[in-house]
Amino acid sequence: MHLFFALLSGMLISAGIAVSKMIDPQKVLSFLDVSGNWDPSLALVMAAALLVYTLGYRLVLNKSTPLFDKNFYLPTKQHLDRSLLAGAAIFGVGWGLTGYCPGPAIAALPAASTGTAGFVAMMVLGWFIAGKIPINKRQQKS
Amino acid sequence: MDNFTPFSALLGGSLIGLGTLLLLVTLGRIAGISGIVSLAIFQREGRSWRLAFVAGLLLGPLLVALVINDFSFSTPDLNSRTLIAGLLVGLGTAWGSGCTSGHGICGIGRFSPRSIVATMMFMTTGVIVASLF
Repeated sequence: MHLFFALLSGMLISAGIAVSKMIDPQKVLSFLDVSGNWDPSLALVMAAALLVYTLGYRLVLNKSTPLFDKNFYLPTKQHLDRSLLAGAAIFGVGWGLTGYCPGPAIAALPAASTGTAGFVAMMVLGWFIAGKIPINKRQQKS
Repeated sequence: MDNFTPFSALLGGSLIGLGTLLLLVTLGRIAGISGIVSLAIFQREGRSWRLAFVAGLLLGPLLVALVINDFSFSTPDLNSRTLIAGLLVGLGTAWGSGCTSGHGICGIGRFSPRSIVATMMFMTTGVIVASLF
């Protein structure tokens, strides 16, 4: 059940990325680049996803446990720190350079583009390096 | 704004919302793509469900392509700009504990102050870089 629903979740998310055309980095850049022919589509994608998730989240949290696990795995950190701020800023720079964030880049891998593959390979290298060189002390993840 | 596609944006966004919600309802997990994919690679514990999620990510657009009979979209050229961008996205999402899905949708959906600030931050630097360079 775990595997089936994890697969289905990934599939729905990337299908959404494809349907909304966010799989196309030029589409994302036409939102981020406010100097040109601006395209607000990305804002509507976020708004629709947020609406569904926020409403669903209210209903789900009335349950004490998820359907197929003994508890919820929710982030517990509340405070802002240097790692969060610097990391988010650096991520945005990379996003603005190509129009790729992790989801669309991975979803586009089956198109077998060398540019997409190179981006994803470097992203994985970035995860590896950041894991070795934490900005704050190492964070526990489950 | 002649390239604005509101209908497909709302439909696609709703699917993304459903997918992220499904993972919360069934496995109790936040659907942060950077976190799930990186831990699928670098952490043994919990690898199987994360790999299944990644497989789903790879399959979704192919299924859509079968339905609409179109699998064409632009991809970046393999050059130094693309490679540097990939490295920065990797470093930034690891240090910043999330990306567009984890912070922008799941985090904001839970009204997490960290995610709201992180999303404002990467939106701001993203807009600045994309507009100037």
